[in-house]
Amino acid sequence: MIAIRIQTGDFDIAAEIAKLDAENTGAVATFTGKVRKEGDLTALTLEHYPQMTEREIARIAGDAQTRWPLLGVTIVHRIGRLLPGDKIVLVAVAAQHRHAAFEACAFLMDYLKTRAPFWKQEERGGKTQWVEARESDDRAAGRWRDK
Amino acid sequence: MTLLYFAWLRQKTGRGEEQLSLPADVKTVSDLVLFLKKRGGGFEDAFADLRRLRVAVNQDHSGWDTPLRDSDEVAFFPPVTGG
Repeated sequence: MIAIRIQTGDFDIAAEIAKLDAENTGAVATFTGKVRKEGDLTALTLEHYPQMTEREIARIAGDAQTRWPLLGVTIVHRIGRLLPGDKIVLVAVAAQHRHAAFEACAFLMDYLKTRAPFWKQEERGGKTQWVEARESDDRAAGRWRDK
Repeated sequence: MTLLYFAWLRQKTGRGEEQLSLPADVKTVSDLVLFLKKRGGGFEDAFADLRRLRVAVNQDHSGWDTPLRDSDEVAFFPPVTGG
């Protein structure tokens, strides 16, 4: 069971976990990404490619399902203008055992970061700037390639 | 075909979307990039360094040598920065 949502509004982590809970779930791992409070950063605006986003995330989640025995995956990604402290993304994974849940959660985040068509623009001191992709994110995704 | 531009490519080209009839000499994404660069101005600037760009054809991440048809949706964007 894969649930994917792209939305402007906030999400409730506890409610998302409750929805995910299958009968034989033994482990739920979640990751929440937030807008860091740093320096003069006043806001982060997320843009995406609507026709492609859900398709690409579904592909990534499907890939995770073939690698680990998962009981459920929920991915919520926010778009629009977010403020420091706001939540950006939630990945929640249910499995029978913890290793599958932990690893699939990390895998999903690494691939979301490098494959899902989202772009961040920062506002600092009244000026806007597009966030550059990081090589470290590519390396993080690369570590799953031979597994 | 439909062309889409995201993030700073949208700003440099001055548009998010356009319709284009596949030009006769455009067989691949690379050919399309050359065609667009010839428009000059913001387009030349946007496509100046392909290492900073990614492309999706029909909503799939694709390479520069991907063959194109007139019914395709081609999206140009910088490396993604979500999550």
